[in-house]
Amino acid sequence: METILTITNLNKIFNKRVHAVKNVSFEIKKGNVYGILGPNGSGKSTTLGIVLNVVNKTSGDYQWFNGSLPTHEALKKVGAIIERPNFYPYMTAEENLKLVCKIKGIPYSKVFEKLELVGLLERKDSKFRTFSLGMKQRLAIASALLNDPEILILDEPTNGLDPQGIRQIRDLIKLIASQGTTILLASHLLDEVEKVCSHVVVLRYGETLYHGAVDGMLSNEGFFELKSDNIVLLKERLQKHTAVKDIKIEEDKVFVYLKDHLEADELNQYLFENGIILQHLVKRKNSLEEQFLQLTKTN
Amino acid sequence: MKRLLLIEFQKLLKNRASKFLIISYFVLLSFIALIASIKFDFGKLKFHIAEQGIFNFPYIWHFNTYIAGYFKLFLAIVIVSMMANEYTYGTLKQNLIDGLSKKEFILSKFLTVVTFALVSTVFIFLMSLILGYSFSSYTEFGIVFSDLNYLIAFFFKLIGFFSFCLFLGILVKRSAFALGFLLIWYFFEWIVYGIMGKFILKDFDLMDKISNFFPLQSMSNLIKQPFSRLSAIKNIETTITGEDVARDYGVHFSEIAIVCVWTFIFIYLSYYILRKRDL
Repeated sequence: METILTITNLNKIFNKRVHAVKNVSFEIKKGNVYGILGPNGSGKSTTLGIVLNVVNKTSGDYQWFNGSLPTHEALKKVGAIIERPNFYPYMTAEENLKLVCKIKGIPYSKVFEKLELVGLLERKDSKFRTFSLGMKQRLAIASALLNDPEILILDEPTNGLDPQGIRQIRDLIKLIASQGTTILLASHLLDEVEKVCSHVVVLRYGETLYHGAVDGMLSNEGFFELKSDNIVLLKERLQKHTAVKDIKIEEDKVFVYLKDHLEADELNQYLFENGIILQHLVKRKNSLEEQFLQLTKTN
Repeated sequence: MKRLLLIEFQKLLKNRASKFLIISYFVLLSFIALIASIKFDFGKLKFHIAEQGIFNFPYIWHFNTYIAGYFKLFLAIVIVSMMANEYTYGTLKQNLIDGLSKKEFILSKFLTVVTFALVSTVFIFLMSLILGYSFSSYTEFGIVFSDLNYLIAFFFKLIGFFSFCLFLGILVKRSAFALGFLLIWYFFEWIVYGIMGKFILKDFDLMDKISNFFPLQSMSNLIKQPFSRLSAIKNIETTITGEDVARDYGVHFSEIAIVCVWTFIFIYLSYYILRKRDL
């Protein structure tokens, strides 16, 4: 698989005191959707700032496209939005996008197409300063997509948006991901990452805690949440099942942890055949949030 | 290069305030022609400026470039704000992310400065030519096109001054503060001149020579004030002081060189700051 970005042992120390990024290394491969997770102040934006040529690294290295291009040329093949949308407030949406075309050295042909994609075509002649935050953010996405980039980098794209805005941006990201664009999404909103990303990098205090596939992070088989009138019998029957590892009873609910794969319908059938009728059956996996909190817990 | 200029001019001309200032600048420049119509009337003493010889070739080159030098402040505001706005809008960051290199960014601003200086120079050249042909007592080709080095001086004076503005815009990041800084720097040069001349060197002749190397002083040295060159004023001065003061009005290569060095320093420092700063 083609490598888009390689980061090796990257360090950033602000003002000789704040060590914002510590020895971070990871690789971005073409076609995957990556999430960078981390609490506020964990070095997500700084890391992105460094590879995007706006923050100077202290040590370490990064390479775009295996080092075949200098950074600013490589960035012409990248689409990126950092924190808040930055455009010229006195220019219209269309004019702002045309300026980006001039910078990237590409023809204007994609301007309308991308405005339509983000649903701003009717507002193309409105000045940027008249836009709502959601519209500004969508314009930023249109601008990042102008060159049909090899990779789209989004830093907290839903920050400060209302629920509709968040939904619109999220749908847009899913749409773009489904078209095969590589995406790097930095966020502290975990369900956001869980919903769209295939790979994650977890940072805390500037250090990499985990990097790999999302599924790898959620590696356990999951657990069941059950309820029945006869809890004692239920427990007894469950203990006989080969896939069950552990059973816990909390209030009136029974939590069943698994060591092997077991589907909900199989379990239901097994219990029914053993004379137990369930009132409640849910199969759950540890959410990314729980995994993340466990991972970033200060030891 | 064309790409960089196109980028910069879109940023400037879509901005209503900048456009207004640029247009005002050129309109005001052409108002120099209106000086021709000024007539003072002190009772018995009638005084018509156009008849005092200010529009005579080649003196007009000196006079017009000197007067036009004052209007550069309009473009200074445009230049300071075109730089500072990139910081306030956060667009500098976005430009870099979109794939403009830091070098290209500074170059695009510098090219704009050069364009402004060039257009102003050509504008003054054409206007002086027209004014001169209308009012000058001498219109022989050799006289008309002598002393054109004032235009060269004007060109470098503008580039130097605008580069200073550019540098202040990057350094201070806020237009109003950068312009304030420019004013403070102007006073600062005079204060240093006064204190060093009086207390440290105790020698104003030497101090005069040193101050020729100060940035703003070196720019203003390029074109010296032209008024005392006029016969009417010269006569008054000779009457009052009782002696004929000899002054040097010429444009000197060494002075242009000093301004070029400052231009280089300002542009390089701008680039240096941009490279070092985390955005």
